[in-house]
Amino acid sequence: MAKPLATIVSAGVSKFGAREGLYARELFVEAASEAFERCPKLSPKKDIDGLFVGQMSESYEHQAHVAPMISDWVGLLPAPAYRTEAACASSGIAMRCAIFAIQSGMHDIVLVGGVEKMTNRRTATVTENLGMASDFPFEQWHGITFPGIFGMIATAHMAKYGTTEEQLAKVAVKNHENGMLNPKAHLQKKITVSDVLSSRPVASPLKLYDCSLISDGASCIVLANPKLAKKFTDTPVHIVGSGQAQDTLGLFERDDITTMNVTRLAAKQAYEMAKVDAKHIDVAEVHDCFTIAEIMAYEALGFCKEGAGGKLIDEGITRIGGQIPVNTSGGLKAKGHPVGATGTAQACEVYLQLTGQAGGRQVKGAEIGLTQNIGGSASTAVVQIYSRGD
Amino acid sequence: MTTTLAPTIENFYKFCAEKKLMGVVCAKCKKTTVPPRSLCPHCGSSDMNWTELPSKGKLVTYTVIHVSPAQFQELTPYAVGIVEFAEGVRLPGMIRNVKLENLKIGMELQTDFEATVPSEWPRWPRYFFTQP
Repeated sequence: MAKPLATIVSAGVSKFGAREGLYARELFVEAASEAFERCPKLSPKKDIDGLFVGQMSESYEHQAHVAPMISDWVGLLPAPAYRTEAACASSGIAMRCAIFAIQSGMHDIVLVGGVEKMTNRRTATVTENLGMASDFPFEQWHGITFPGIFGMIATAHMAKYGTTEEQLAKVAVKNHENGMLNPKAHLQKKITVSDVLSSRPVASPLKLYDCSLISDGASCIVLANPKLAKKFTDTPVHIVGSGQAQDTLGLFERDDITTMNVTRLAAKQAYEMAKVDAKHIDVAEVHDCFTIAEIMAYEALGFCKEGAGGKLIDEGITRIGGQIPVNTSGGLKAKGHPVGATGTAQACEVYLQLTGQAGGRQVKGAEIGLTQNIGGSASTAVVQIYSRGD
Repeated sequence: MTTTLAPTIENFYKFCAEKKLMGVVCAKCKKTTVPPRSLCPHCGSSDMNWTELPSKGKLVTYTVIHVSPAQFQELTPYAVGIVEFAEGVRLPGMIRNVKLENLKIGMELQTDFEATVPSEWPRWPRYFFTQP
């Protein structure tokens, strides 16, 4: 196993859902409070010397410049605070920036998180806000929504590889089953393949139950220089590999839309850095913004060969109890997708799994975990690999 | 309209007002790029010259959108897709006047242009795809 890049000493997640009457700063405090309570040896004001927070959009709350605001509300002033934005990978890149900060020696212990308040706006407005992460002059201007982008990807993947709507539905069914075991999940609702297939169309072949949720929520991790981690916890989780890659903003500008090339490139970097490969992964959180995205993540992460993602879900390999449990948290599909919070929420789930705190959804003996967070139509991909440090 | 115009998106849509779908061709590597840009994404050259795209292309992929932003609500449900005009030369857009159940990857589509200019910013005249 490779040398740690940075070490997670604690983590916290707010309840995800329609959190009426609560706004970004309050949701973030909920997540941070859990992280602080989980780590009694940490004195946040004294020990934490920086904040990285991912948030996609100012539109929901008419609020920009959130880094100092969040820093104030969690009690970290006057430590430097940074906001990052990469659409749905906003907190995934916050983690990358925090790793750089620690590796550079300019920060020792930082709070890294993400937040989004979304349910205070109508669905049409949220659809438009999320759509801003696609290309304005050629996608948004022509009525192409985000589900529309992934609908086009799914149409192409199904035509090329024979992936079926039933296979897509099985991703939703699995993630809803997992969400039932996660008290923080937005939805605690069991669904069947026929529920998915009969749900109303959003962007063909994708239906309502193929889409992740519009949620409010926040998540954070406390990330430390590996040398200092033992001071704060007996159960550290090391980040041992980290990769990131970018693709064109517009989906139409890519030669092949049936593969998620950036995920493959980011994973290659992370696997090489961590000195592991796909077969070593015990648990993974992947970016299932739409069911097709989870199928394509399996392929790009090397859990199966190109085009075989549908078969992998058929075989139950990614269920809890299977060979590589994926999205034990319920994923974006059932846990919810407050977009800015998603990247670090994935890290929180892997932290819980590797420290044996995942309750009814615990993967027994999990030692190595992976997260894959994408922004937009996968114009950004971040892959991180974690190992149990005790 | 003169083709000495800068290779910008604004000018791409000015050509749309003349019912022309234009890309740029690189004088150095000869590859065509759309949307137009001043640096060739293939070789980095800045010698980019306007070229009219073929009027017909093939449908690469599509979807029928049922949940849309406010300004497209009246058209919903509507089809959108990506059309390839030549190898690596693609644009996305709405597909009009094709029965939704007849959409098929690989089908031939041709470019057409909306008669009216939208009133909202940035007031770009829209192209769309239709059956030849």
